[in-house]
Amino acid sequence: MNTVALRRLSGLLRKESLQIWRDPSALAIAFVLPAVLLLIFGYGVSLDARNVPIALVVQQPSALAASFTSQFARSPFFRPRRFLTIQDAEQAMTAQQVQGIVWLPSDFTRRAEAGGNSPIGVIVNGVDANDARIVEGYVQQVWAAWLTARAQLAGGRAPLPLSVQPQVRFNPAVDSRDYLVPGLIAVIMTLTGALLTALVIAREWERGTMEALMVTRVTMREILLAKLIPYFVLGMGGMAASVAIAVFLFGVPLEGSVWVLTAASGLFMLTALGMGLVISSVARNQFVAGQIAIITTFLPAFLLSGFVFDINSMPRVVQVITHIVAARYFVAILQSVFLAGNVWSVILPNAFALAVMAAIFLGLARAITHKRLD
Amino acid sequence: MPDTDPKPAVRLAGVRRGFRAGKRVVTALDGITAEAARGAVTGLVGPDGAGKTTLMRLIAGLLRPDAGRIEVLGIDVARDPLSVQARLGYMPQRFGLYEDLSVAENLDLYADLQGVPPDRRPERYAELLHMTGLGPFTGRMAGRLSGGMKQKLGLACTLVHPPDLLLLDEPTVGVDPVSRRDLWQIIDHLTREAQVTVLFSTAYLDEAERCDSVMLIHEGRLLGHGPPGQFTAEMAGRSFFATASLGRRRLQACLAAVPGVIDAVIQGSRVRVVTAEAEPPVAAGLVVEAPDLVLTPTPPRFEDSFVARLRARDGLVPPAALTPALPLAGEGGVRVPGMSRAASPQPSPASGRGGVAGDVIAVAHLTRRFGAFVAVDDVSFTVARGEIFGLLGANGAGKSTTFRMLCGLLPPNSGTLRVAGFDLRTAAAPARGRIGYMAQKFSLYGDLSVAQNLRFFSSAYRLTGARQRARIAWAEAEFELGPMRDATARDLPLGFKQRLALACALMHEPDILFLDEPTSGVDPLARREFWRRINTLAEQGVTVLVTTHFMEEAEYCDRLVIMAQGAVLAAGEPEAIKQGARTAARPDPTMEDAFIAVIEAAPASARAA
Repeated sequence: MNTVALRRLSGLLRKESLQIWRDPSALAIAFVLPAVLLLIFGYGVSLDARNVPIALVVQQPSALAASFTSQFARSPFFRPRRFLTIQDAEQAMTAQQVQGIVWLPSDFTRRAEAGGNSPIGVIVNGVDANDARIVEGYVQQVWAAWLTARAQLAGGRAPLPLSVQPQVRFNPAVDSRDYLVPGLIAVIMTLTGALLTALVIAREWERGTMEALMVTRVTMREILLAKLIPYFVLGMGGMAASVAIAVFLFGVPLEGSVWVLTAASGLFMLTALGMGLVISSVARNQFVAGQIAIITTFLPAFLLSGFVFDINSMPRVVQVITHIVAARYFVAILQSVFLAGNVWSVILPNAFALAVMAAIFLGLARAITHKRLD
Repeated sequence: MPDTDPKPAVRLAGVRRGFRAGKRVVTALDGITAEAARGAVTGLVGPDGAGKTTLMRLIAGLLRPDAGRIEVLGIDVARDPLSVQARLGYMPQRFGLYEDLSVAENLDLYADLQGVPPDRRPERYAELLHMTGLGPFTGRMAGRLSGGMKQKLGLACTLVHPPDLLLLDEPTVGVDPVSRRDLWQIIDHLTREAQVTVLFSTAYLDEAERCDSVMLIHEGRLLGHGPPGQFTAEMAGRSFFATASLGRRRLQACLAAVPGVIDAVIQGSRVRVVTAEAEPPVAAGLVVEAPDLVLTPTPPRFEDSFVARLRARDGLVPPAALTPALPLAGEGGVRVPGMSRAASPQPSPASGRGGVAGDVIAVAHLTRRFGAFVAVDDVSFTVARGEIFGLLGANGAGKSTTFRMLCGLLPPNSGTLRVAGFDLRTAAAPARGRIGYMAQKFSLYGDLSVAQNLRFFSSAYRLTGARQRARIAWAEAEFELGPMRDATARDLPLGFKQRLALACALMHEPDILFLDEPTSGVDPLARREFWRRINTLAEQGVTVLVTTHFMEEAEYCDRLVIMAQGAVLAAGEPEAIKQGARTAARPDPTMEDAFIAVIEAAPASARAA
């Protein structure tokens, strides 16, 4: 690039920066939109069960049974209610008053003290499958915790055979927010990145400035670069703000390195901006550009990135489709960097995929935008 | 670079370009072959939809022709658009100023884009700012400039690097006459001093006469090409001013029906007539109703030649074929039983002017503010029944705001408003029921057919049953829409769209008709036909209020006010306003001359256009 071309580019960059600074809409998309979405989703969407009403049926009270049931009373996850018979408890569950029943049969104490396997009955209301699975898991945790505590009390060796030993790694608090928020950042940055470029270019078409630009000596590559560079900076600013909210407000741990996070975010931001550029070459007014950006980038990122809905449990066809959703790779990287640390076996292949996607979208944008109106 | 190349600046050979509109292909340009000489101003003249913008974009290399060849400054545009663009200055119709950048920042941006070295900028900026008069405003945001100043800044931005060829796409549309005159001075200066070649497109036919050469385009075809003098020379000895004691509207209608008269338009108190032959017509006995008819020869205008060409192309349909479907009333006050509404025997508009009893619209001390900005400032006027009243002003003069308040869509901050006897502050809805409104832009449902649009608008005005059917039948007959009744409104030719819009506005037989720039950019024949209908309606007692920035439309008004910066600067009959601008050097001023005189006589605050 010679000096004249550099001057054109710097002129465009200065113009773009002035516009960003003076027109609050770009700043709003970059900072306010992610913050608002993060707050809404961060506080509103939680896959954790807390204060789940649960029925406790103890058929033959004993000290042992009491020490077990007191675990439920102390747990933040449950709000136990006592029932005398299993029939009463089942009725309560049918009436949706409790989500599950923990039932200590009459031989519970006898079998536990005999050192045999002492079974407890757990009945879970499966209407809300997600809740049901969570209740089941928590009950097992409580059970396991109780057994361990008893074993330690008994002096080292566990007199009882442990039937379950759940071990949660990479999210020690088992807080769903900790894995939702990093995924959410990916979804939000998809929207912000694509929306930023798509809208600002559509605005140039709407206001007739694009036509005036095109008849100057400026090349299409310069126009695209002048859009990419400032909005990359702005998007990364929004990204940093989102990470700050995640770490400082929601207390999500950041196990991995900030540099890995920055590099991966950079790759992802290029992909999102590339998508925005492609959209802007199709949509020449802001309304259409906004609609297309939401439908083609935000929704797939929300549904198919694996941030809420596990990709492995999707139908085969849908699983294949998720491979063209850039957010999928970024969600994987984010969840790993935030919760597990720099797991290179996760980061490198996903970063490579992001780089490929960025190259595809930016290349496509360059190929389909011409310095012509038709 | 000294331009001594004898080759033409632009050479068009068989240029053809179509656009896809749904399933149809619309031909925007159909075989244009023409040349534009270097160092001259070539006017691309034609009504809206003629293909002017498409041609500009083709020349700028923003579109490619379907067929034909375009050479700009000796370069084939299709092959090497970048080298053409390097030597071109192009100002699109809505020039893309960055509204949140200041005047200086806009100049800087375009200087960067056009590769003007920093050391040459101060001198160039000074020159441009002086030329455009923008010097005191360099720090102001472009979005806060007036319409005229925006156009000048747009021009300055295109000129930062002196171009060899300057393309200006309708730079004077909607601009106040003072700024328009300034723009033309800049263009003259550029061609004379800097030897820039200018291609200037316009729908204002009077601007053709300021060009060195004209390409007259209509419906994608070249109707004529040459110096404007050549166009007017063809019309020598064929144009006259007709005066008679007969009312001007009646006189115009009678003259238009005379065989051999190809054009008759009202101009002030007179009627301007153009004949098919150069032989002077004999005034005596030409119009039976006007035995005292006097014809005074007047120099031909460019528009005469356009009308003559259109008539020749259409097989010289005599205007008699356009005889109003309803008999015309004389201005003496004979009422017409054509419309079912009881035509009250009130004095006719011309004689009843200023009559208090006949005032259908009464506006007094109307003021509307938006924050600190005063959009309408103490405006007062009255409009009598059957009068055609104009609000003339540039974009941003306060016309639309006044209009919205008259429609009861916007409450005034102070002042009184009475429309059809209703106070709009308390009874906006009943007043609206008496108003028909025709918007400037086509505002019907493009996806519906003609008949469906008529049915929808008639039911929107609560017409039902036999009355609705009668009104639709009336509209189809009156506006000759019958053959088109199943056509989709979007696909109608411009003239038919306009007729349909007028028909829809008249479904409920309103007492008052509001027209928003009804004929700007329309070809002269369509404009004449439209105004013939409006005149007929006025004769029947319908009060017509027109807002326009188009000087020509002002001529059709009985009375008008000139607005600028929200205030009324002048009011009266067109002829009286024009006479006010009469000087020794300008014995017969045009409406535009009068407008400029009024603006310049106003205090400086009202002139900051």
